[in-house]
Amino acid sequence: MSTLEIPVRRRPEPEPPALARRAWVEHLMGTAVSVHVRTPDPDRPDIGAAVARVFAHLRRADAVFSTWRADSDLLRLQHGETDEVHAWLGDVTLLCLEAEERTDGLFSAWRSRRHGRAVFDPTGLVKGWALAGAAAHLDVLPDIAYALGAGGDVVVGAGSGLTGDEPTWRIGVEDPARAGHVVDVVPVRRGAVATSGSSARGGHVVDPRTRCAVVRPGSATVIGPDLTWADVWATAAWVDPGRAARLLAERDPGYRLLGH
Amino acid sequence: MRRITTWMLSTVSALVLLFSYHTSTGSGVGSSAVAVADPTVNGSTEDGPGSSTGSATPTPEPTTPDPTSGAEGTYTGDAVQTRYGPVQVEITVSGGKITESVVTQVPWNDHHDQQINSYAVPILNEEAVRTQSADIDMVSGATFTSDGYVRSLQSAIDQANL
Repeated sequence: MSTLEIPVRRRPEPEPPALARRAWVEHLMGTAVSVHVRTPDPDRPDIGAAVARVFAHLRRADAVFSTWRADSDLLRLQHGETDEVHAWLGDVTLLCLEAEERTDGLFSAWRSRRHGRAVFDPTGLVKGWALAGAAAHLDVLPDIAYALGAGGDVVVGAGSGLTGDEPTWRIGVEDPARAGHVVDVVPVRRGAVATSGSSARGGHVVDPRTRCAVVRPGSATVIGPDLTWADVWATAAWVDPGRAARLLAERDPGYRLLGH
Repeated sequence: MRRITTWMLSTVSALVLLFSYHTSTGSGVGSSAVAVADPTVNGSTEDGPGSSTGSATPTPEPTTPDPTSGAEGTYTGDAVQTRYGPVQVEITVSGGKITESVVTQVPWNDHHDQQINSYAVPILNEEAVRTQSADIDMVSGATFTSDGYVRSLQSAIDQANL
């Protein structure tokens, strides 16, 4: 009786797969939305499906909150045309109240008018909130890292499987004085970067205390865990940098302010 | 030629880290200095290079006027005590340019500092990045419209990865 020796070829240790990168862009909410993923195989069908859900989520947010479309839930409610609106409207209203309180009124979704009652316009909060919610569709995917950006706000994260090993995304902060140039680079593995300023659209942020548009050069960037609050604080910091910095340190020290 | 290459606002209370850097232009002598200044203490950050409080090692060596030479390598500035804690900066110089600047030591006072630093550490801020947008993955800026996107830096980055 003999023992048959079977040659065993040792398999080489699998090297960590190189991350390939792929981007998707769609024009939504009046701006461009970019989704970038890094993963060994960016053509995986579940990734394509999740990216489609990201865009669908944002389209739905636009349909609910748009102040441009007369058929949005927000405008139909305000015009007294319906009482049946998407539940998101309630969520966002509460967040707007909280944002006003947290920022001592530097952020306000209620625009007071000289004659008549205040108009509720949650646009300043909705974009960051909607992007943060849309990103959740990518959080559940295995082995991907992602960056989602829309109109200058960015949320970065990773799905399951890359924990502790997420690649770093270099988020450039645009020079408010020179479009297309970068004044700062923020490396982020998970988190959010939001910038508020007047460089791209003129003074579109209104100081709730004076009802006047904030018109001056520069911008304010806030980095932190959640894009909803990074966005709110960036707006507050643009309205009053010194005050917002003090409040931020006191109430939301998980967020960091950069001024340019 | 002196240039203030970098501003960085760290912590919410406006701690400014100021790097000053001499290029090798003209003299062909590469040298570098790293300064960390707290504006609330020193009050004159605009003229940063003159008010440097920390300095980096190595001693510049005179070389032939070759723009690609210069003080290659990584330089670590002195750790400077600020009211927020110790701050230390490291820069990497290559081909006569700062290619990287990293805050190697930042105040970690409490749990909140650690929390934010684990999420996002805003540690890079160098003049080099202004011309190295190719290294940027995404752009944060004041809101741009769908039309504005076409000319944006974000659009260029997207195009490279579509």
